[in-house]
Amino acid sequence: MTDTAWIDLALVSARPQAMGALLRYFRNLDLAEEAFQEACIRALKTWPKNGPPRDAAAWLIFVGRNSGIDKVRRQSRETALPPEELLSDLDDRESELADRLDGAHYRDDILRLLFVCSNPVLPATQQIALALRIVSGLSVKQIARAFLVSEAAMEQRITRAKGRVAAAGIPFETPDASDRAERLAAVATMIYLVFNEGYSAMNGPEGVSADLCDEAIRLVRLLLRLFPAEPEIMGLTALLLLQHSRARARFDSHGAIVLLEDQDRQLWRRPMITEALAMIDKAMRHRRPGPYQIQAAIAALHARADRPELTDWEEIDLLYQALERLQPSPVVTLNRAVAVSKRNGPEAALSLVEPLADRLSGYFYFHGLRGGLLKQMGRVREARVAFDRAIALATNAAEAAYIRKQLDHLAGEAGAADLHEDQQ
Amino acid sequence: MLYAVLCYNSEDVTSAWTKEEDDKVMRDLTAVQRRYVEAGKLGPVARLLPTTAATTLRHSPGETVVIDGPFAETKEQLLGFYLIDCTSLDEALDFARELSAANPAAGSYEIRPLSLYKPGELAP
Repeated sequence: MTDTAWIDLALVSARPQAMGALLRYFRNLDLAEEAFQEACIRALKTWPKNGPPRDAAAWLIFVGRNSGIDKVRRQSRETALPPEELLSDLDDRESELADRLDGAHYRDDILRLLFVCSNPVLPATQQIALALRIVSGLSVKQIARAFLVSEAAMEQRITRAKGRVAAAGIPFETPDASDRAERLAAVATMIYLVFNEGYSAMNGPEGVSADLCDEAIRLVRLLLRLFPAEPEIMGLTALLLLQHSRARARFDSHGAIVLLEDQDRQLWRRPMITEALAMIDKAMRHRRPGPYQIQAAIAALHARADRPELTDWEEIDLLYQALERLQPSPVVTLNRAVAVSKRNGPEAALSLVEPLADRLSGYFYFHGLRGGLLKQMGRVREARVAFDRAIALATNAAEAAYIRKQLDHLAGEAGAADLHEDQQ
Repeated sequence: MLYAVLCYNSEDVTSAWTKEEDDKVMRDLTAVQRRYVEAGKLGPVARLLPTTAATTLRHSPGETVVIDGPFAETKEQLLGFYLIDCTSLDEALDFARELSAANPAAGSYEIRPLSLYKPGELAP
């Protein structure tokens, strides 16, 4: 580790707590960010000489708050705004260090900070960008790279998101139990979005997308430390760990998709799986099932099978049925169809899939799965039509390449199968 | 005299290691351990999963409570530990309950799954 690497790590891990407290003081995202930035600059100057402070977050909050106050006072002299109206609870500045070490207080600070980025008024892409900027502290350049857009465009997206959040009003009152539950659910969704962004772009620019998955896991662990008794947060942690454990097996050396059943299970990261299984075990004790727990349980059944043919498809089917009851959605039914095809064959699965056509006609996986089932049943022409639809809807090169492979495979069989169909 | 050596570190830091970094640390630690294993001096080595995976059983006279999360009080000190092979967290909790019932002092048992276990070999 280089001389300053430990400082970077300390700044990154103290960031949510420090930013959360600074947001509470200044009630303004930009002011809080500037104050935190200023504190980081001072940390980089003084920490190498004086060594790390005992509590990095408390140090950053103290220094950031003072520099922010100075700035507001200076600005107010220039613009003649009464500073005290911009600042909240600035009284007892002496006793503030003690206040910040109060666990419950900083828990709500961090939750507020995360919630600001998860505000349902923001579209998903803005939630992700804002969280990566504000909570994780990634640079605009890094985030722009992850989204494959220009830095200017990303800057604009983040500015817009901040404007919307400010217009919607940041909730500063201490949340009651139901507010807290609502915020927690919104934050969990945002973390899942961050993960999915990384997961679905896994074959994008080297490393960037995996970083988003790691970042989502870091955030969900943070959330779990703040709310250790929430089974759905345990479920989400387990789900993300299980999905990420397969990261190295999901693509071959040419970047082509490797389906779950064809993956080299030796490449799955065992420690993540072990942790996830322990987390599911913990969550189950609460007997309060939820969508994340069920999805994690499904992923766990795949993780537990050393070989694909040992997969417990019956249990997976049952879990998807439970998920359908809890959170009815055509995508869940589509996923269940995969389990049904393994249990009861492609005909049974297809009868589950066909009624979804209206709602999923614009969905890559719908046509991909339908094509696969038709292919298994030897209905080659229909399979080709379905695969053609899928290829048109593919969102990245790996998806398109996978379908093309299916089409090539069909073309190989086509002669014989066409003949067979013609004879019927 | 047998000594227990307890490892403390920032989870934020160790969980942020990449697989390559983590593998290297484990290799380097294993190299240290090997010499002591060969000398018959090293017993079990265990690596624990993060504290987010922990569950704590608190007991005071007449009352036992299960709490999600690690042991967090500072009034009590670490006095010992057990390794037990269980099929579920519930089974491990039952074991902790039995221990707490047999122990007249109030206290806590943190139950933390392992991510790595090497039995080691102590010379008699």
